Amino acid sequence: MKEIYLDNQANTKISERVFNEMLPFLRENYGNAQSMHTLGARSKDAIENARKQAAALVGANEQEIYFTSCGSEANNLAIKGVAEANSAKAKHIVVSSVEHFSVLYSARRLSQAGFEVTYLPVDKYGMVSPSDVEKALRPDTAIVSIQHANTEIGTIQNIPEISRIVRAKKIPFHCDAVASAGQIPVDVNALGADLLTFSGAQFYGPRGAAALYVRKGARIIPQIDGGIQENGRRAGTENVPAIVGFGKACELAKNEMEQNSKKTAAIRDRIITELPKKIEYIYLNGHPTARLPNNVNFSVEFVEGEAMMLFLDQKGICVSSGSACASKALKMSHVLSAIKIDAAVAQGSILMSLSKYNSTDDADYVLNEFPAIVKKLRDMSPLYNYFQKTGKRQEAGPGTDYDHHHDHEEQE
Amino acid sequence: MPFYSEKVMDHFQNPRNVGEIKDADGVGEVGNPVCGDMMTFYVKVKDNVLEDVKFKTFGCGAAIAVSSMVAEMAKGKTVDEAMKITNDLVAKELGGLPPNKMHCSNLGADALHKAIEDYSKKHGK
Repeated sequence: MKEIYLDNQANTKISERVFNEMLPFLRENYGNAQSMHTLGARSKDAIENARKQAAALVGANEQEIYFTSCGSEANNLAIKGVAEANSAKAKHIVVSSVEHFSVLYSARRLSQAGFEVTYLPVDKYGMVSPSDVEKALRPDTAIVSIQHANTEIGTIQNIPEISRIVRAKKIPFHCDAVASAGQIPVDVNALGADLLTFSGAQFYGPRGAAALYVRKGARIIPQIDGGIQENGRRAGTENVPAIVGFGKACELAKNEMEQNSKKTAAIRDRIITELPKKIEYIYLNGHPTARLPNNVNFSVEFVEGEAMMLFLDQKGICVSSGSACASKALKMSHVLSAIKIDAAVAQGSILMSLSKYNSTDDADYVLNEFPAIVKKLRDMSPLYNYFQKTGKRQEAGPGTDYDHHHDHEEQE
Repeated sequence: MPFYSEKVMDHFQNPRNVGEIKDADGVGEVGNPVCGDMMTFYVKVKDNVLEDVKFKTFGCGAAIAVSSMVAEMAKGKTVDEAMKITNDLVAKELGGLPPNKMHCSNLGADALHKAIEDYSKKHGK
């Protein structure tokens, strides 16, 4: 059967060139990078080479790159580390309401430790307004964290404008660039970031390595205590093979991103243009133009996302959904909530995230298979039945309250 | 291990008894589109027996499979027997449901019971 992978925001297929680069460090070059012997030095050199490669991708100095195990860890380190460093005089944090959970829950953790958190709203496209950022800033603001792009709906924020406002007040600005790095240019100076998170798993690198850029002079408290790795800012034996792979992925991204993104954007545009011609009552989520080249997100009305996802999977098409039923916590995606699309319509959300391995043939296959799946589900949908008979959307009733919805709340 | 059992996937992909009964004796609706699942059950009763049971469901794989199974289990049963179809029985017949999907089985049995109650009310029973 066909296997068309359109879930690249979750993880990308590792590049063969990245894999080959990693192999020696999984086999013969197993020395601990902190050891003083030849094998140790080999690992150390490989990490420092990866640091150069990672720095080059985001226009940073290599001394400003700190390797972590994943994007979530880097976001935790940025938010908690800077808040803690400034906690003597600063007790306020600003984040947007569409941040990744690793940012939102870091902020929530800090709120339990006495910080106040401002969650900025977004417009219907998921855009943060720079003037909202300006209004939220206080003399005691410790850090502002706004993502570069949203992994789910693809919206790209106006980061240069936002960072200009934040940094004018001498407040540290963190940017989560996990969704954008490797897809569109990410430059720490052009974006005006004091801290910036990026992860190789989103652009053909392995899982297990990501990085936090920390501008020279920024104050940050480590969140993992132990040895002197990563210049004392992140203890723990380095995951050398993953870091080497991450570095290689950064090098490849720097050279090939433009070409890859041209390709994914063409596939994206084909799906975004053609799908509404084949399926009625579907709506694009996210910004129409300020959008990641690899992101397609539609809400299909009158049907539920997990059911569509399962049928697409039967056809060999791997996608994801932001519906409540598709989440283990049975909660609708916080991003779809934040852009305030009708809750019933949001249940029919389907996210297709593309990679360089996809082709226009893949797009055509999706365009061919998807309409029949939607038809099958609509034919059994009471909401569609009601709409066809009355021309009206069924009013949401009082609903069914499941106690155990709350039991799962903490497990995203 | 796949997320759903083989039986759930079979009923999800090939749901039995989908549809509407135009001259139904009872109709029951539960759920809410905002929660992500909603079911409408239709029953046709003759001589106190559920002669026909059909459903329309908006929901996830589990919700659709549960609807299909509930309709299959209820068809041919007497009204009293059908009222004894419980959530646990439905889940068991489906070879189990993931823990966070158990509420879907509640919905299916509830919708069926509501349709039967609607029939009873209309017929003064």
